[in-house]
Amino acid sequence: MRPAAGTAAAATADAADGIAADGLHLWRGDTHVLQGVSLHVRAGECLQVTGANGSGKTTLLRALCALVPLEAGRVCWRGCDVHLDPLAFRGELAYLGHDNGLKGDLTAAENLHYAVGLRRRVTRDESGAALERCGVPALRGVPVRRLSAGQRRRVALARVLLSGASLWLLDEPGSNLDAAGSALLSELLAAHAQAGGVSLVATHQALELPADAQRRATLQALSLTVAPVMA
Amino acid sequence: MAWVWFHKFGSPPHFYRLARRLTPWLGWPALLLGLAGLIGGLVFAPPDYQQGDGFRIIYVHAPAAWLSLMVYSVMAGSAAVGLIWRMNVAHAVAASCAPIGASFTALALVTGMLWGRPMWGTYWEWDPRLTSELLLLFLYLGYMGLRNAIDDIARADRASAVLAIVGVVNVPIIHYSVIWWNSLHQAPSVMKIGRPSMPASMLVPLLLMLAAFTLYFGALVLTRARGEVLRRERHARWMIEALGASAGGAGAGSLAAHAAPARGTP
Amino acid sequence: MSEARTGFLAAALLLAARDLRLALRRAGDSLLPLGFFLVITTLFPLALEPSLSLLRDIAPAALWVGALLSSLLALDLLFRDDGQDGTLEQLALCAHPFAGMLLAKTAVHWCLTGLPLVLVAPLAAGALGAPYAAMPGILAAVLLGTMALSLIGAVGAGLTLTLRRNGSLLALLVLPLAVPVLIFGARATALSIAGASPAAPLYLLAALAVLAATLAPWALAAAVRIGLE
Repeated sequence: MRPAAGTAAAATADAADGIAADGLHLWRGDTHVLQGVSLHVRAGECLQVTGANGSGKTTLLRALCALVPLEAGRVCWRGCDVHLDPLAFRGELAYLGHDNGLKGDLTAAENLHYAVGLRRRVTRDESGAALERCGVPALRGVPVRRLSAGQRRRVALARVLLSGASLWLLDEPGSNLDAAGSALLSELLAAHAQAGGVSLVATHQALELPADAQRRATLQALSLTVAPVMA
Repeated sequence: MAWVWFHKFGSPPHFYRLARRLTPWLGWPALLLGLAGLIGGLVFAPPDYQQGDGFRIIYVHAPAAWLSLMVYSVMAGSAAVGLIWRMNVAHAVAASCAPIGASFTALALVTGMLWGRPMWGTYWEWDPRLTSELLLLFLYLGYMGLRNAIDDIARADRASAVLAIVGVVNVPIIHYSVIWWNSLHQAPSVMKIGRPSMPASMLVPLLLMLAAFTLYFGALVLTRARGEVLRRERHARWMIEALGASAGGAGAGSLAAHAAPARGTP
Repeated sequence: MSEARTGFLAAALLLAARDLRLALRRAGDSLLPLGFFLVITTLFPLALEPSLSLLRDIAPAALWVGALLSSLLALDLLFRDDGQDGTLEQLALCAHPFAGMLLAKTAVHWCLTGLPLVLVAPLAAGALGAPYAAMPGILAAVLLGTMALSLIGAVGAGLTLTLRRNGSLLALLVLPLAVPVLIFGARATALSIAGASPAAPLYLLAALAVLAATLAPWALAAAVRIGLE
């Protein structure tokens, strides 16, 4: 368990910004998956978490949004412990997991309407614009179960985009996406960082982003090391 | 001060040692009280004027039935403690209680049926007490089935804790609804405060047996819980040191290399 | 972008609307438990004899065993799809109390699977020899009973969320907890059929339904969260 040298000091310095995790421990069965992981991602930054299969990337993301309980450690959003006001924290985060979180029997537009509608009112124009941004404008009236895996992923990205959340936790968002889709993903992340949002992306294929926005962390077998990106 | 004690108790190595020391203090008195109760009940208590000698099975049936309910409460209580305070030891205790409680329930059912045969003429008569014991057995089996079905121990702990808490809220409801449904069985004669309808010579052995069963349960659950803790903490450093010291040099060295801080320990 | 946050009630209604729309798109699924109930109710006369006077005596039992078993079957519809496509996870991450959202889901589920039962039960009772005067009592009993059963069953469904499709474990978990509903419901039905006032068991049944509505959402939220880990 080895957090990078400068991280601890930086974390206390401007802790009231972005998401900070401190000493996270988690076991899955007998495996000590997260061993004292600490990280701090500020506004306007995107942390890419890379690592081999089974190294705990998904678990880390799920632990950050409290889908999986932690044995030890704290997660802070904008300086406040997320356990103090979980509803407020959840209101500001958008999570994209392995599953797309879309209902197969509803059309793409309906999915967006119902999914994002739980968070804030969404007009047809807005959902149409989001689908267009993600490259699938023609699919708004098509039931999701008839879409290909890549198309579904794009609709799921549209959901994340439309949610207006400040914190994006994306787990392998590029899976099933073609080259154009990967480029789209990079653009979306860059735009999100530009607008001051925070994102953590678990991926095994590094994404191209402007160097000032991006840091890359490697989740090696059971530890997280943060490396500055070579420009 | 009490909180320090509480959390210390929840630490696995501490619990393991405490349980080992405490078990004989529960086991031997259980045996003695049990013998005293059995002798008093089988030899010294006078035959009931209505049921003759057949009533003597109450000395096993009533404590077993009482304990089946008490064990469920202990199980639900320790499951709740484990859920709220995240104590692995409490979950281990809850897991240990289940088979013990199920066995007591089965014992109560069997002795109840054996008692029923000479009294009612039939082994099973759907009287409320036995029927509610049967439903309690199903609750235990459901708990054990759920535990078994979930692979990850921690998730199994938490899910079965929720089930136990839901069950413990339901047990009085089920019990009274079954009594409401049928009023054939005789009123419970021991639990009346003030005027027990049994003479002292019958009552005292019953209370002795009750105490004996309870102490026996205590010894049993501590022993089982130690085994549970052993199974859960098998990778923990303290466990390996404790075993390695007795296992000798060759094995201990390689075991110690794999030691890691155990989950749940500070 | 409109930034008006959706309130809890609006979100719950939106979720209910979504579930209703989904159910209407797969209308067959919701009606299966009803079909099952009718089949079971038909089995009893076939297993005994077609004399109405005998059937009248066992009508409460047949109705309630059928209601219990068909609501068990219906539980499959509650969380399975949402658990598999990731929408349940998204619900756990929305900015509203999870217990409340799950209660909304269970309420819609009851409307889709329990309410048809409530409407059909008096007819089934009539087929088993119950007099017309018994219908209101039976209606009230099945109404309250299916509500309580939906809630209790939902907790069981939440606990067995990610397990292999093993209906028997769910049955073993839910049926003992549903026994009080069975007892009071059958008693109310029997009293109605006999012409006496079913008020006493109906009040008890109502108490059970209220208790379930108050406590089940918290157990449900805890159980589903554990299932989502």
